[in-house]
Amino acid sequence: MTIGRRSEKPVGVGIFVGLLALALMASATSQAGQTFLNVSYDPTRELYKAINPAFAADWKAKTDQTIEIQASHGGSGAQARAVIEGLDADVVTLALAADIDAIANKSGKIAVDWQKRRPNNSSPYTSTIVFLVRKGNPKVIKDWDDLAKPGVAVITPNPKTSGGARWNYLAAWGYGLKKFGGDEAKTKDFVKAIYKNAPVLDTGARGSTITFAQRGIGDVLLAWENEAFLALKEFGADKFEIVTPPQSILAEPPVAVVDANADAKGNRQLAEAYLDFLYSPAAQAIIARNFYRPVHPEYAAKDDIKKFAKIDFITVDKTFGGWAAAQKKHFADGGIFDEIQKQELTR
Amino acid sequence: MSEIAIAGGRRAKYRPVTEDSPLARYALIATAVLFLALFLLAPLAIVFFEAFSKGLDAFLSVFHDPDALAAIRLTLLVAALAVPANLVFGLAASWSIAKFSFPGKSVLITLIDLPFSVSPVVAGLVYVLVFGGQGLFGAWLAEHGVRIIFAVPGIVLATIFVTFPFVARELIPLMQEQGKVEEEAALTLGASGFRTFLTVTLPNIKWGLLYGVLLCNARAMGEFGAVSVVSGHIRGLTNTIPLQVEILYNEYNNVAAFALAVLLAGLALVTLGLKTFLEWRHADELSGRARRH
Repeated sequence: MTIGRRSEKPVGVGIFVGLLALALMASATSQAGQTFLNVSYDPTRELYKAINPAFAADWKAKTDQTIEIQASHGGSGAQARAVIEGLDADVVTLALAADIDAIANKSGKIAVDWQKRRPNNSSPYTSTIVFLVRKGNPKVIKDWDDLAKPGVAVITPNPKTSGGARWNYLAAWGYGLKKFGGDEAKTKDFVKAIYKNAPVLDTGARGSTITFAQRGIGDVLLAWENEAFLALKEFGADKFEIVTPPQSILAEPPVAVVDANADAKGNRQLAEAYLDFLYSPAAQAIIARNFYRPVHPEYAAKDDIKKFAKIDFITVDKTFGGWAAAQKKHFADGGIFDEIQKQELTR
Repeated sequence: MSEIAIAGGRRAKYRPVTEDSPLARYALIATAVLFLALFLLAPLAIVFFEAFSKGLDAFLSVFHDPDALAAIRLTLLVAALAVPANLVFGLAASWSIAKFSFPGKSVLITLIDLPFSVSPVVAGLVYVLVFGGQGLFGAWLAEHGVRIIFAVPGIVLATIFVTFPFVARELIPLMQEQGKVEEEAALTLGASGFRTFLTVTLPNIKWGLLYGVLLCNARAMGEFGAVSVVSGHIRGLTNTIPLQVEILYNEYNNVAAFALAVLLAGLALVTLGLKTFLEWRHADELSGRARRH
């Protein structure tokens, strides 16, 4: 067994080189220091691509500091999960309050009263859920009732993973409640009929838009108003049209400083300034240009505001008693959405 | 033999039992070619077509985008770290498995194959569970300011995991076949362990080793699932080329997405070309000696 003893050397060298590689990687980490990261949800890519340079210029003018703003986009729930697991966000700008609540409750990195810190429930912009249909509206889809009709293929993402999808679901539920005078059983059957018409459930809002617009699947896409306008812009207004239902839900995508991360990175001032900037005239104009409804329409260009149709809004707070309650009743494991899906499978 | 096969058109019973009828042969070849053309070549052609659909300028403009350049740099960095790590590990593992016996050897061989059977997404999640904020070492790592998940080290670790078996799997059969006689001779003649490795073992395995490294490299640069889970998707920082391709596609930026895909495919094609060249040049060494997978 001489060979066994002698050959320990190369193995030892191997282990040494391996450790060296690990050390190299560790040193690569420490470089990722002074940066500013905004962790956002799926459809805001274009919005923050426009806002970030504007804020950087504003910050430079005020403090003479040059900053680099990094962005990360994905499904709102998945992004919240990543921040809980340690993604180094200074601010989060997500699709719904429940996801920021989750960060606050599960990791303690955000103070629980975060939503009271900024005007309008910490939402610098709002949006709503509208229908995107193929040009000429061949299936004549006008209102939520039309989505439940047999033979209409409805494209919407999965409420389990997508923030936008939860807004879609709640908007449909809110319409059902009104139609059936608050009868929950009938409303459930109505919403179930809509999901029966959904051939695929993508994980995120953008995935659904691509399914509908690029792959040509389905008759109607339940979409964020801003996603619908963006799809018109990207694919041409000759292919699709937007149908605004008479009633929909007021979506308030909120923003918050991730206290623990911003403090640890010495970015507290910057983070607060970044979120304040979202309410400024300059940012509000950019927000309207990117098809979100600004909370200060007076700062936006008239033409941008004109695009937004008047809608009778329901809100999560009034109709569902807030996000925590809605989340628990409808989307938690064993909630109403699960029941709808289960029956779907055994039908 | 071939004459008989040709003549076999007349009377099939002269055909050796080890040879299929020409009809079966052509049918098999046609099936294979058709399948490859339909499911491999056609999609590849579409990738190239889409990338150049708006002209060469649009294609090249992608490579001025700082995010895309960062993705290319990161991909190369990850490969540059993961491949040597697996080279060292593969050498050590195959050496110990082929040249001497020890208890638990078969367990080690099974473990090496594990990344082939575990889904890359699961591999990524495992790293999140171990190193993530809520994970096993999460609190300790955060306290000491060490970032692994959602940073470059996590991406490198995930890549090392999925490319683990490539070098070792290539070398183990080769080294087992060669046995340890030559090394023993070198040692009895007074060579040191390291010198034996350099002058006796390495020349014997060099082509197999290179082949394994090439496969490992191709996979390291192309890995999506595991990397996607641990990346955090920070633009210009933790997106590799495959992740950047997805992002660009989701932003309706088809030309850019497919241009990067072409780059990735190009890197893979270079690897494939090198591999083919090695196989052709050293066919006897590579295939003559029992390579078992």
